[in-house]
Amino acid sequence: MSKDLNLTLHVWRQKNAKCDGKFVEYPAENISPDMSFLEMLDIVNEGLIRKGEEPITFDHDCREGICGTCSMVINGRPHGPRERTTTCQLHMRSFKDGDSVTIEPWRAEAFPVIKDLMVDRGALDRIIAAGGFISVPTGSPQDANALPIPKEKAELAMDAAACIGCGACVAACPNASAMLFLSAKVTHLGLLPQGQPERYTRVRDMVAQMDAEQFGTCTNHGECEAACPKGIKMENIARMNRDFIKASLTYRPAVVGGGAG
Amino acid sequence: MELNARIPDGPIDKKWEKHRFDLKLVNPANKRKYKVLVVGSGLAGGAAAASLAELGYEVECYCYQDSPRRAHSIAAQGGINAAKNYQNDGDSVYRLFYDTVKGGDFRAREANVHRLAEVSNNIIDQCVGQGVPFAREYGGLLDNRSFGGAQVSRTFYARGQTGQQLLIGAYQALERQIGLGKVKMFPRHEMLDLIVVDGVAKGIVTRDMVTGEVESHVADAVCLATGGYGNVFYLSTNAKGCNGTAIWRAYKKGAAFANPCFTQIHPTCIPVTGDHQSKLTLMSESLRNDGRIWVPKRKEDCGKPAAEIAEEDRDYYLERKYPSYGNLAPRDVSSRAAKQVCDEGRGVGPTRLGVYLDFSDAIKRLGAAKIEEKYGNLFEMYERITDENPYKTPMRIFPASHYTMGGLWVDYNLMSTIPGLFVLGEANFSDHGANRLGASALMQGLADGYFVIPYTIGGYLAGIKPGTRIKAEDPIVKAAEQTVTERMSKLMSIGGKETPDHFHRELGKVMWEMCGMGRNEAGLKKALELIPKIREEFWSNLRIPGSSDDLNQSLEMAGRVADFLEIGELMCLDALERRESCGGHFREEWQTAEGEALRDDENFAHVAAWEYKGEGQAPVRHTEQLAFENVHLATRSYK
Repeated sequence: MSKDLNLTLHVWRQKNAKCDGKFVEYPAENISPDMSFLEMLDIVNEGLIRKGEEPITFDHDCREGICGTCSMVINGRPHGPRERTTTCQLHMRSFKDGDSVTIEPWRAEAFPVIKDLMVDRGALDRIIAAGGFISVPTGSPQDANALPIPKEKAELAMDAAACIGCGACVAACPNASAMLFLSAKVTHLGLLPQGQPERYTRVRDMVAQMDAEQFGTCTNHGECEAACPKGIKMENIARMNRDFIKASLTYRPAVVGGGAG
Repeated sequence: MELNARIPDGPIDKKWEKHRFDLKLVNPANKRKYKVLVVGSGLAGGAAAASLAELGYEVECYCYQDSPRRAHSIAAQGGINAAKNYQNDGDSVYRLFYDTVKGGDFRAREANVHRLAEVSNNIIDQCVGQGVPFAREYGGLLDNRSFGGAQVSRTFYARGQTGQQLLIGAYQALERQIGLGKVKMFPRHEMLDLIVVDGVAKGIVTRDMVTGEVESHVADAVCLATGGYGNVFYLSTNAKGCNGTAIWRAYKKGAAFANPCFTQIHPTCIPVTGDHQSKLTLMSESLRNDGRIWVPKRKEDCGKPAAEIAEEDRDYYLERKYPSYGNLAPRDVSSRAAKQVCDEGRGVGPTRLGVYLDFSDAIKRLGAAKIEEKYGNLFEMYERITDENPYKTPMRIFPASHYTMGGLWVDYNLMSTIPGLFVLGEANFSDHGANRLGASALMQGLADGYFVIPYTIGGYLAGIKPGTRIKAEDPIVKAAEQTVTERMSKLMSIGGKETPDHFHRELGKVMWEMCGMGRNEAGLKKALELIPKIREEFWSNLRIPGSSDDLNQSLEMAGRVADFLEIGELMCLDALERRESCGGHFREEWQTAEGEALRDDENFAHVAAWEYKGEGQAPVRHTEQLAFENVHLATRSYK
């Protein structure tokens, strides 16, 4: 069994969106390498509560890497040093005794800080609401096997659909662009036959919402792909750009017609 | 309290069809005049909110997460059952119905389960239509796999992320309605009370978790889809935020709580490593399709690395005890078998509370690439948590609290004993009896949300005159708000020394030890002494820094723990009163010579529904007798 760790944390504390924030130093002592990063913070927080101090606020939920709630920049990297890993799945064995660890919230214009390490990612939901769906009211579809989908296409769609909507791509991007997130959805739905009828309106509407939310644009840094805990690839952005160009060139305003009789 | 299940007449396969015709309809132009609140945005809540809005009702949806896409349905891995019979292997609606009633150890209502099996096929159609990327064969058609408690392949899956993909489907449908202005979404809102007017549910009280503001919302009907109470054990596979507060508040307002002791301990979770542990991680049951479960035959071998234990010294105990189902025996049976071998001292790993799940035969048979295709993300997750490579050394697994079959009592329409309060998904008790089969939770959540509530809520609303909602300024509404505010002030003002987590851990230890995989009279009575003591300590020694008018995660947690401290007591009481073993409820006094559960159908073939009688009063146990007219009561055998 490996030795316990003692670390020094530099944690971003900010009361709310209107106040200024600052780094505060906390010791994290006797940390087992088998703990997850969030369990380490739980222990620090329990200590703070017992002292009557406000614990560090951070978002977390499933703690198994799938809900996409946890969101911290650890030593400058969204979700920390381990590739393809969410903060909740990062274990303390990735750190050494005596390490200094800096912990910050996602930083982006579109993700205002709510408190400490917690940010508002509602902009991502609004992008989905703008077009990230297939319009299929409950009860309307045909038999599930009526439309075969080539396995390779289904697999590619699944690769893109694996996005957990955590926002690490935005936090990693120097432009705070949400294009990896957006392109994952455009790809997921655009590769499937069910997604074809709305393929071009979808990408237009989602991009318009992305711009309205103050996300930046992609300039091919590739930080998003490196930070993504689910391995979403930049090729999705290329696919989205192709669809977007086509959508822009073929755009016709919807014809509003009155109903007859 | 009257428990009228309102099961329609007629043969089992015609009940739902007949009922749908008999239900009153709401005129399309009138639907927008009715407002429905949906609490929870998982498979049941998300699907319900989207479907009700599509129909034209005015819908508000609440979740404690920052986005509806994060509800804990997302963490379901293995799959979703449906009676499509695409594999031509003998499946049918009737067989899915039969397996589910039998798997639930004959403690579920036949009519509800049959309806679930009927709509299972519509769910798959709906999800494929939404773009859920289910696994496919090379011919482009949908693939299936097997799950515990079934001898057919009826489970549809999307790698090891089926729950995520189904939830994203429901979430996208919900977001579409939000974008259209048909659903108003309230993320980071926690329901803290139910508003009941003249015995009828008319709204909820919530706390905005960002601003701390207590708000009331009035409507014509309320749907709770807030999941289970498995976090009562502290360590469970549930998300950290999962809680029983909404259903507990409803219970205290008059909704009967059914079968609280029916909890599911999932056999394949990653074992506990130490006291710091905050949650347990599930390894999908689908792994049991290809993995073989074993422990050493001799205690002395348990400390050795798995590779050094010869084939003849391994005990593949599930294959030995249950030759026809083998490693795919149902969850309750598999969990108990793991506990038995560990109790015998044959467990593995540093704590000796673990058994091997070994893929070496499957890798030899199919190749590592095929195994990676099927389970890659699960193997990766295992390695991340344990730092061991499951392609090379067998996984170690151990049972953990996973799901609660118990929940608020509902009739065939999914309505609780409070008119106007509907309960969906894991939050109700309805379909799984005393044990849920794998890949059936997703099925039930979506069945309730997409295909049951849209019909049954119409039947209820059609009986209410539009525009007769209570006003938000009504004294009854204000009084409900006041109760919530006072309770929070009370929590904030204790000024003790200990954290909410501390009390939660203490409760969890008692529950796991005395109301977990094995239960007996002495233990349950002890738990019923210990829990009130922990509760007393909680209310005198809790410390919450900060303020209630601000974002305060300690306060949120404290409110949930306060409720768990009461839910746990009701669970133990229910477990004590149910003097038989069935499904996940194993009373050590009632077992066969071979250690299998011994049911008492004569005295306990019923649902136990508890009625709240007030603070400090003993709750009253009511029963709903279950009739088995189609699936004949028999001892479950997986041998």
